[in-house]
Amino acid sequence: MASALLYDRLQFAFTATFHYLFPQLTMGLALLLLYFRSRALITGDDHYHQVARFWTKIFALSFAFGVVTGIPLEFQFGTNWAKFSNFAGGVIGQTLAMEGLFAFFLESSFLGILLFGEGRFGRRVQWFAALMLFLGSWLSGYFILATNAWMQHPVAYSVAADGRLFVDSLSGLLTNPWLLWQYTHNMTAAVVTASFVMAALGALYLLSGQHLLYARTFLRTGVVAGAIAAALMGFPTGHGNARQVFEHQPIKGAAFEGLFKTERGAGLLLVGQPNIETMTIDNPLVVPDALSILVYDELYAEVKGLDAFPREDWPDNLPLLYYSYHVMVGLGTMLVSVMGLALVWLWRGRLFSTNWLLWLLMLSAPFPYIATTAGWMTAELGRQPWLVYGLLRTSEGASPLVHSGNALFTLLGFLGIYLVLGLLFLFLIAETIRHGPSGHSMPSEHA
Amino acid sequence: MMETLWYCAVTLTLAGYVVLDGFDFGLGIVYPFVARTETEKRMALAAIGPVWNGNEVWLIAAGGLLFFAFPKAYAAGFSGFYLALIIVLWLLIARGLALELRSHVDHALWRQFWDLAFAGSSALLAVVFGAALGNLIRGVPLNQDGYFFVPLWTDLMTGPEPGILDWFTILMGLTSAAILAWHGANYLAMKTDGELRVRAACVSWISGFVVAGLVVPVLAAIPFVQPSFRLSSTAHPIGFLFPFLGVVALGSALEARRRNWDSASFCSSILFILAMLAGTAWASYPNILIATTDPANSLTIANATAGGYGMQIGLWWFVVGFSLVIACQLCAHRAFWGKVRLDPEFPSDS
Ligand code: HDD
Ligand code: HEM
Ligand code: HEM
Repeated sequence: MASALLYDRLQFAFTATFHYLFPQLTMGLALLLLYFRSRALITGDDHYHQVARFWTKIFALSFAFGVVTGIPLEFQFGTNWAKFSNFAGGVIGQTLAMEGLFAFFLESSFLGILLFGEGRFGRRVQWFAALMLFLGSWLSGYFILATNAWMQHPVAYSVAADGRLFVDSLSGLLTNPWLLWQYTHNMTAAVVTASFVMAALGALYLLSGQHLLYARTFLRTGVVAGAIAAALMGFPTGHGNARQVFEHQPIKGAAFEGLFKTERGAGLLLVGQPNIETMTIDNPLVVPDALSILVYDELYAEVKGLDAFPREDWPDNLPLLYYSYHVMVGLGTMLVSVMGLALVWLWRGRLFSTNWLLWLLMLSAPFPYIATTAGWMTAELGRQPWLVYGLLRTSEGASPLVHSGNALFTLLGFLGIYLVLGLLFLFLIAETIRHGPSGHSMPSEHA
Repeated sequence: MMETLWYCAVTLTLAGYVVLDGFDFGLGIVYPFVARTETEKRMALAAIGPVWNGNEVWLIAAGGLLFFAFPKAYAAGFSGFYLALIIVLWLLIARGLALELRSHVDHALWRQFWDLAFAGSSALLAVVFGAALGNLIRGVPLNQDGYFFVPLWTDLMTGPEPGILDWFTILMGLTSAAILAWHGANYLAMKTDGELRVRAACVSWISGFVVAGLVVPVLAAIPFVQPSFRLSSTAHPIGFLFPFLGVVALGSALEARRRNWDSASFCSSILFILAMLAGTAWASYPNILIATTDPANSLTIANATAGGYGMQIGLWWFVVGFSLVIACQLCAHRAFWGKVRLDPEFPSDS
């Protein structure tokens, strides 16, 4: 059954990663949409109303793909991870059920109103619907991250006589200390994604000389929101995350920093390739003592390396973990530089006429997606070999009677279906962009 | 006591799902037959457009509640029906995309493709869900650890080593498709007017009789397929109330249809579905998954539960959350009350 476990893991990793491509955009957009709707309501300016309508369409598209790819995740806890579900359902079932009851209903009910109620309801109702949509999507992020945070750092549980877990404090589960940094970091990342997408589309329209009025609004909003959010990614949220990893999961921390040996005054490794055979880093570039300072605020603090821990507790794919982390942090630096630059140019009133910067913004849109995926790979690969940190090994969590042939079959099926889904999504986004905010596809355009 | 309350909560949510998303599936099944012109198709789709996603959330909520209240049953059931469930997921993907994407590209072939996907996935899902209920009634080969795995089919007989499909579950699947098609036609008739309404009413009339013709053999077969249902009903004869109520609802639906009372007939099909599900839940209680191997292996509300504090605190947020859900859903359905009127403005499908 060893290979069944591999397929189970690949399937969950692939479907979760794919799913998250969509919510990261919708959650970020939900915030920006609320901003547009509020402006339209307060100033009565029709321009912002039209902007909001256009982004609602993109939101709806991404939302639809998020919904259809989210349902398989919810079911896979049972289909592929039956022993884990049986073991931990008494705890994480709580947050998952609450997500359905409190968040998903809110989102889906009010999106219907925004999309189909255009002719029926006034702007106040639409503003309210946008508010509820924002609340719903940020709440669903909260509940699902509470689930994930518990797997990273189990709290508020007791063990029943038969070895299964049940929750012993709901408030403890919902205020898991791990959540604070995870939630802020992750939601800020969603805003980064949405802002980059918005700015990129503004740049595209400006460069191609279309929809100029809209393009400027997209750029202004995207750049301001993006610069703020990107700046928050490293400090305090990324830093806070890293600190709590070193506090509660020191092995993960050592592994993603590439620290093989325990050191006093440990250096921060900027680049280099981990070499598992020799347990060293090839071609390293290190900032001396920086890691000790970052983690413990102290020049000569001791940072535990991988050698301080038994080998069976090491994450099983060290190089991938290491590279994921460095890709995230590297891209974080790049994203904040791009947006910082754009902000300065915007400030000086030259952004809209600086072509190279517009090109740069346009081509940067994929990078928040890559950084976010890399971040999740850091968090999830680094959790290995535990499924529930310190309590249940991943190898003990899979469904006992699902054979590898079945798991391989469904894994391949998901790969094929999601490939088609991805192409379909890109095609439809391209169509929506081509029609544009004032395109003729919307007969109601009065102006 | 706590377990019983949660058994009711899970069943109630699941029943909410069947009633609400049920008419979406049903509409999908009858839609190719009743909607002929593009305008009619758009009318039919607009009848569920704003609400289908919210309806589907009932499934997610039911899954979450089962996971939380009876983790063992969730784990065993979902891994045991592995292949069938993954296929359900793929069909749900197709159905969701069909509804969301059809209007995005203005091309006849594009629309025909998604029409086909919508009708096909709805029909298959209705059959699979019926077959799944059939599996719960018939029982599954649970081992001593409380797990099982059933292949898609074996010899099509209900024995100790059954497959997901056997003669009984196939019969259940077909019945379920007929019931949902009937329910969907009732909904469509209620939400539209003109020729579309007339055709939907006609389909509802015919399918009402098909349902009657299928439900009789199902009711007759159940005591043989699952003797424990017979025992539980003889021990508590009040359980017979549910099938009786179902028959009354079916009759009143047909009578309402004859008099062209669309809403009454839709309400009756809701009542019929609720009565049938309640009857099943009543007869199955306290079992969640019945073992065909050794009755001692059955998963009941007592041995599948997570128990403890979680169940008590959960009841609080369940009551709050469930009320919110009802409020949200009422708002959403209320906002689009009455006959569909095609809005030329939005969504952007010119
Ligand atoms: C735009 C995306 C993005 C960017 C620019 C960054 N991150 Fe990040 N990071 C994420 C997106 C992300 C994420 C995908 O959202 C994760 C995965 C799990 C989570 O909660 O957030 C994450 C996780 C994550 C973790 C792992 C937490 C765990 O193991 O549970 C650490 C230590 C950091 N981040 C640290 C950083 C630092 C020091 C950054 C410096 C620039 C940084 N991140 C930029
Ligand atoms: C927030 C809720 C999430 C939960 C509860 C969760 C849970 C899980 C589970 C059960 C597994 C399989 C067991 C394992 O191999 O450890 C897993 C693996 C994985 N998940 Fe997540 N996940 C979540 C979010 C995500 C997201 C959003 C992503 C990606 C964007 C992701 C990426 C991965 C990866 C890469 C693995 C594979 C780890 C490996 O193969 O070793 N996870 N996660
Ligand atoms: C691996 C664990 C995950 C599971 C089981 C899961 C489950 C689901 C389900 C069932 C849906 C469909 C809801 C509907 O029908 O309305 C959904 C959508 C959604 N999920 Fe996830 N999800 C996971 C990971 C995540 C993560 C990590 C986030 C964000 C932090 C997230 C945020 C959302 C949002 C905002 C939606 C609404 C649809 C959208 O915006 O695209 N999910 N998810």
